[in-house]
Amino acid sequence: MASKHVNHIEPYSPQFGTMIPMGGQKFMRTCVLWQIVRFVAINIRMTILILKSHH
Amino acid sequence: MARLVVMGGGVSGHTAATFARDMLGEDHEVVVVTPNSQWNWIPSNIWVGVGGMTKEEVVFPLAPVYEKAGIDYRQAKAVSIHPEGKEDAETPYITIEYTDEAKSGETEELTYDYLINATGPKLNFGATPGLGEGTNLGEHTVSVCTADHAEHANHELEACIEKMRNGERQAFLIGTGHGMCTCQGAAFEYIFNIEHTLKEQGVRDMADITFITNESFLGDFGMGGIHFKMGGFATSSKVFAESLYAERGMDWILGAHVNKVEAGKVTYESLDGEMDEQEFDFAMLIPPFAGVGLKAFTKDGTDITDTIFAPNGFMKVDANYNAGAYENWKASDWPRTLQNPSYKNVFAVGIAFAPPHIISKPMSSPNGTPINPTPPRTGMPSAMMGKAVALSVVDMMKGKSTEPTHTASMSEMGAACVASAGKGLFSGTAAAMTVYPIIPDFEKYPGTGRDLNGTTGELGLAAHWVKHILHHIFIWKAKLKPGWTLIPE
Repeated sequence: MASKHVNHIEPYSPQFGTMIPMGGQKFMRTCVLWQIVRFVAINIRMTILILKSHH
Repeated sequence: MARLVVMGGGVSGHTAATFARDMLGEDHEVVVVTPNSQWNWIPSNIWVGVGGMTKEEVVFPLAPVYEKAGIDYRQAKAVSIHPEGKEDAETPYITIEYTDEAKSGETEELTYDYLINATGPKLNFGATPGLGEGTNLGEHTVSVCTADHAEHANHELEACIEKMRNGERQAFLIGTGHGMCTCQGAAFEYIFNIEHTLKEQGVRDMADITFITNESFLGDFGMGGIHFKMGGFATSSKVFAESLYAERGMDWILGAHVNKVEAGKVTYESLDGEMDEQEFDFAMLIPPFAGVGLKAFTKDGTDITDTIFAPNGFMKVDANYNAGAYENWKASDWPRTLQNPSYKNVFAVGIAFAPPHIISKPMSSPNGTPINPTPPRTGMPSAMMGKAVALSVVDMMKGKSTEPTHTASMSEMGAACVASAGKGLFSGTAAAMTVYPIIPDFEKYPGTGRDLNGTTGELGLAAHWVKHILHHIFIWKAKLKPGWTLIPE
């Protein structure tokens, strides 16, 4: 049964060799509550990166 | 009183000049020489190129900012460096040629005690026949390298959208316009914005979108690829990038050296040596970068350009330029103080410094044509270099040290890249990537060459919000508004 979240991928095309996001993954990318959590996480991560980079 | 001259007012030059001015006090002088009258937050040009922002939102005039800061601003281009002065005066100087309307074409000698070269790249459109002439964009393609280019790109995009609304299918080609390009990230971000815009306009089904790149695999990004910590795996950026394209139904052409651009068609040579063609109705192709063509002379007028600069026109600094073959490359080849080895009061930052070698594995076609990305050194790394060199120069000018006191090696710093599509707070999408360090260090991080705790990638609205915030805080910082020194690079 075809997944409603994945369009047809031509077998042996370059696109056939990678991962395709499905419904749950796509939902989480736009779920505002989860993305607020991720927003905080990205900012913390970038702050650590900046602190490690200054010499 | 000593004088610091900064050549260039882009991300690295502006950062260096403003921090130096802030820390030097009234005892010393800071001069900025830049041919531009406006500062441009270049990452947001991508949004201008799809109509998400106006040109005015990504630029501001430099003169009032420098006047407020107490920086002597010369709207001029640097022409030559004379690090030993002249026969009757030993003070080093540069020659400049004014570009503002009032003094256009006038030349002047400007003495310095310390010199920071932050001249950025020459947009070398002329390297590919048909892509442009010299530094000027040609008539067949568009660019997002400057705010004016991006505005033009949006007009062309609007015309294509109108044709699609009238039932005419359009082919989009986005990517690199030469085998030795850098800045794949800009093309990567632009193609996602194009796709997002076409979807919003309801014409996505009328468009064929193709990415053409000099990378040997998607996700090389001129950094030899990246492994992200993702879902319990160290996932290659190849999989990450391919997934983004496949999800959106976009094709890609890899290992391509575009060697000719004509109306509606590019010709390219592949890594396998084959020549091929790709037709387009709309093409945004990034040009290769080169140094701006500065010359250098000794006091008796001997041309020492080859001593000061690498053959590609970028300035030599404290890098190991004799690393040899790819197998011998090390993270320690990369410069730390960015000081010129011949003249200790001269530094180069951002795109202006000559990298010791590329980061990606060198590749060429069977015909001998080199096809590989050159190292990215824009944005966050540029600003960090600008600040580190400013701090060193300030210490040297104040007599605290005779050697640089701060370092900014790309092998010891990270970078954050946010590629965002769309402008709406809840309708946009983005990929946020962090990488640490930029130059892979297989001695320190055996395995992937990078710290997996600092090297991550994720997609979603959160990254899109980060991109919005970065736009506003970096323009705030560049305008030297209250608290600007607290905003990190």
